[in-house]
Amino acid sequence: MLGKLTWAAIPLDQPIPLFAAAVVGAVIIGVLGWITLKGWLPYLWQEWITSVDHKRIGIMYILLAMVMLLRGFSDAIMMRSQQALAFRSEGYLPPEHYDQVFSAHGTLMIFFVAMPFVIGLMNLVMPLQLGIRDVAFPTLNSVSFWLTATGALLVNVSLVVGEFARTGWLPFPPLSEITYSPGVGVDYYLWSLQISGVGTLLTGVNFVTTVLKLHAPGMTYTRMPIFCWTTLATNLLIVAAFPILTATLAMLLLDRYLGFHFFTNEAGGNMMMFMNLIWAWGHPEVYILILPAFGVFSEVISTFSGKPLFGYRSMVAATMTICLLAFMVWLHHFFTMGAGADVNAVFGIATMIIAVPTGVKVFNWLFTMYGGRIVYSTPILWSIGFMVTFVIGGMTGVLMAVPPADFVLHNSLFLVAHFHNVIIGGVLFGLFAGYTYWFPKAFGFRLHEGLGKASFWCWIIGFYVAFMPLYVLGLMGMTRRMQHYDVAAWRPWLLIAAGGAVIILAGIILQIAQLAVSIRRREELRDETGDPWNGRSLEWATPSPPPAFNFAVLPHVEGRDAYWAMKQRARQLGELSEEPGYTDIEMPRNSPTGFICAFFATFMGFALIWHIWWLVALAALGAYATFVVFAWRDRVEYIIPADVVARVDRANRTMRGDALVHMQAAQ
Amino acid sequence: MSTFEAAAGRGNLDRVEHDQESRHYRRTPEQAAAALLSKRIIAGYGFWIFLISDIIMFSAFFATYAVLVGATAGGPSGRELFNLHNVAIETAFLLLSSFTCGLASIGARMQRGSWFYGAMAATFILGAAFLSIEVHEFVGMVAQGAGPTRSAFLSAFFTLVGCHGLHVTAGLLWLLTMMAQVFAKGYRADVLRRILCFSLFWHTLDIIWVALFTVVYLMGAAQ
Amino acid sequence: MSHSDLENDSHYADIAPGDNRFDGHDAAEAAGSYLVGLALAMLLTTVSFFISGTTLVWGPSIPVALVVLAIAQMGVHLVFFLNITTGPDNVNNVLALAFGVLIVLLLLTGSLWIMANLNHNMMPMNQMMQMQ
Repeated sequence: MLGKLTWAAIPLDQPIPLFAAAVVGAVIIGVLGWITLKGWLPYLWQEWITSVDHKRIGIMYILLAMVMLLRGFSDAIMMRSQQALAFRSEGYLPPEHYDQVFSAHGTLMIFFVAMPFVIGLMNLVMPLQLGIRDVAFPTLNSVSFWLTATGALLVNVSLVVGEFARTGWLPFPPLSEITYSPGVGVDYYLWSLQISGVGTLLTGVNFVTTVLKLHAPGMTYTRMPIFCWTTLATNLLIVAAFPILTATLAMLLLDRYLGFHFFTNEAGGNMMMFMNLIWAWGHPEVYILILPAFGVFSEVISTFSGKPLFGYRSMVAATMTICLLAFMVWLHHFFTMGAGADVNAVFGIATMIIAVPTGVKVFNWLFTMYGGRIVYSTPILWSIGFMVTFVIGGMTGVLMAVPPADFVLHNSLFLVAHFHNVIIGGVLFGLFAGYTYWFPKAFGFRLHEGLGKASFWCWIIGFYVAFMPLYVLGLMGMTRRMQHYDVAAWRPWLLIAAGGAVIILAGIILQIAQLAVSIRRREELRDETGDPWNGRSLEWATPSPPPAFNFAVLPHVEGRDAYWAMKQRARQLGELSEEPGYTDIEMPRNSPTGFICAFFATFMGFALIWHIWWLVALAALGAYATFVVFAWRDRVEYIIPADVVARVDRANRTMRGDALVHMQAAQ
Repeated sequence: MSTFEAAAGRGNLDRVEHDQESRHYRRTPEQAAAALLSKRIIAGYGFWIFLISDIIMFSAFFATYAVLVGATAGGPSGRELFNLHNVAIETAFLLLSSFTCGLASIGARMQRGSWFYGAMAATFILGAAFLSIEVHEFVGMVAQGAGPTRSAFLSAFFTLVGCHGLHVTAGLLWLLTMMAQVFAKGYRADVLRRILCFSLFWHTLDIIWVALFTVVYLMGAAQ
Repeated sequence: MSHSDLENDSHYADIAPGDNRFDGHDAAEAAGSYLVGLALAMLLTTVSFFISGTTLVWGPSIPVALVVLAIAQMGVHLVFFLNITTGPDNVNNVLALAFGVLIVLLLLTGSLWIMANLNHNMMPMNQMMQMQ
């Protein structure tokens, strides 16, 4: 009746997951209880859970990412401490548990920290920068978010009920086939990613359509901020790459569930085809992660240098070139798998070529800063830290792009250091810069600057202390994912790396403190005008936080850095532009479709994992019914009357007018 | 009737979809029409992008099939299994259904019930006939021990062709839903948008079938 | 979404994929377009089936001919059924399609080249299993 599910699935005999589950359970119950007691449930349901507003959805994505960062980082601490302790000893994590820890670490960090964070930032910012009211398909946006949350939930449920995959963050066959992984771990991984993959693909469709088809009047493609160009490139990559992931994981699922022979050891299966396909997805995936970060840096560096971005057109060209080349290099993830020298050489050269447009970007950022008046705020610290760190990581990548070098370094800690170098130094630093930069826009008050700087220094120092030893260890021959070792020369480096992880932990604690302190001191940190950083693009033309409709009247755009031009004109004339004529505004209605679809998807995923077939059918029916009910809607939009629009806009204009007067008086 | 009137639903502004109570919403018919046309373009383009992603997914299955086509593990190969006679009939049915789907979309734009319902029904029958031949073929292959668990080639074949068949099944469900929606709500702008998306979907499935019957059946049997 | 401000934007010189610029009076013309498409597609299909089974054509050229015919028929579908044309109002639609086709080609040729190379250099799995 309950498929494979029995009481034995709960790890009552394993103290560590039990303890972790107890802590998480307590936190969840505590938070839910507090919310209920304070009477916030109706508010949360109406304003957040059923919201189709891109800003709210973006914030929820980022919140999901940050919570998952804590879980993924605790896995990292466990791995570092295990490796620090396990010299000629078993350490404290038995192998079958250690394998789950590193698999969960990678899976969570890539799929449920980096992806949601990146998508969240694009969600929050891109429509505002384009001068429009929402994305092309707002309800689909909500569905995407909740399906991603479902995926994250399933991975976390595996901690308590059953087990997680032990195959690493990419489940290579034949280890991941049913013969060698008969448990439910790989199934948790596969269904969680299939479900959230649907969400991500829908986001890709949504954002490509938005960037290409919805602009404020006068905003041609060459007047879009660079962050919108990187959003376009990222989402084109999502649309092109995620179907490959879906197909490949589906084939592994068919092998596991129905006895197919795509990747098995017998009956003609070819497990190398899995590697080929999964990396054909996997390489574009890392560009999906890094391109939005590049976009963030373009915005941040330009704003905090007080100059327009240097070389706009070359930036656009570099971005779209990276988008294209991302699909031509994937074999470099398996140079050692047995392809001939000709194949390896072609892909090796292509990999080196893809470093060139990135170099163009770095030079453009440097030239933007050169001659500007730099404000050393937290976002620019993250940006400068990124430029140094990412370049080092990129260089080690180009080093490994040389196939003979890769034969020595493949799957060593050198590789691990490289990709953490580019993901932390590139993606994470960019996300933290974007988080700090756009936080006031989202919430109406800035983050505490001192704690932000302190957390930056802990992160960057901690990163170098944690990962530079791994380069050394890789060159000394240490393989990745080792549960224990007996080479004495490795030990000091692993101890240093563990110390680095502790420093990063301090950085994370400071970030949590920063958030708490900023919320408590939000009146001091209030962003009155909506433009705390003297920004250049249209999101800074709105109040902080923006009203549901973003702009009272869609701005008319006449060039790049559209908002900067508006400000310059206002400063020259000494007054704001004329008050616009306010009209009624149509906005899309909130909808519970996303949440309810995800509710059924969660049950369907869980039932598929545990082979509870009647529940699969029921949940599938429920999801389909939700979709049909949504399609049967008659009332799709609601009206915001012109006088409400006028009231909101006039309040902001008053604040900005006062600020302008103060600025003129100060000169 | 002009395109504007068709898109706006017989030119009746009250049928424009928004909260039915707000008759005070100030908008000229031209603005309403432009908004609806742009919604049609946005919906159509978004669905087109989704179809591109679907084509890429199919190409992953195609690539796997092409790599595994020789991996018969001592079992039957395409030449022994494929019945080109049936494939020809399936192809004819699907192609005709694409044609009738085109007629149905004309009927929808012109809001002629007989044309729309008739063509949609014909599309359904042809699509269902296609599916029944395909299911029959699959059942037959399984019965003779050439099911998807026999070899990698057969796994790839069943998955590739079966994925297409699943898409056709989903399309048939969608077709019925569209007929129900027109019946319940008339030729409202949002219903017309969905019919546009449906016809894009149906035509794309036929394009994928062209690749399928050429690469899988004709080339498989030709060796 | 409020598009009341957007009707003057030049982006709306676009057309949705699958749409054509006819109004209700040209139903016959649109139907005619579908009929031509149907006829061409049936012709190409018949030729494909014939070529695959015939000995009249030089054997090794058959796969090439089949591919060419298939591409031609996909083109017929795109033009006559999906109304994807090369006009300025269709640019975005064509670009999206071209992007998809490019990715498909990269995936197919890349995978086939890589896997053929791997299979050449590595012992096939069934032989390896037999050795155990």
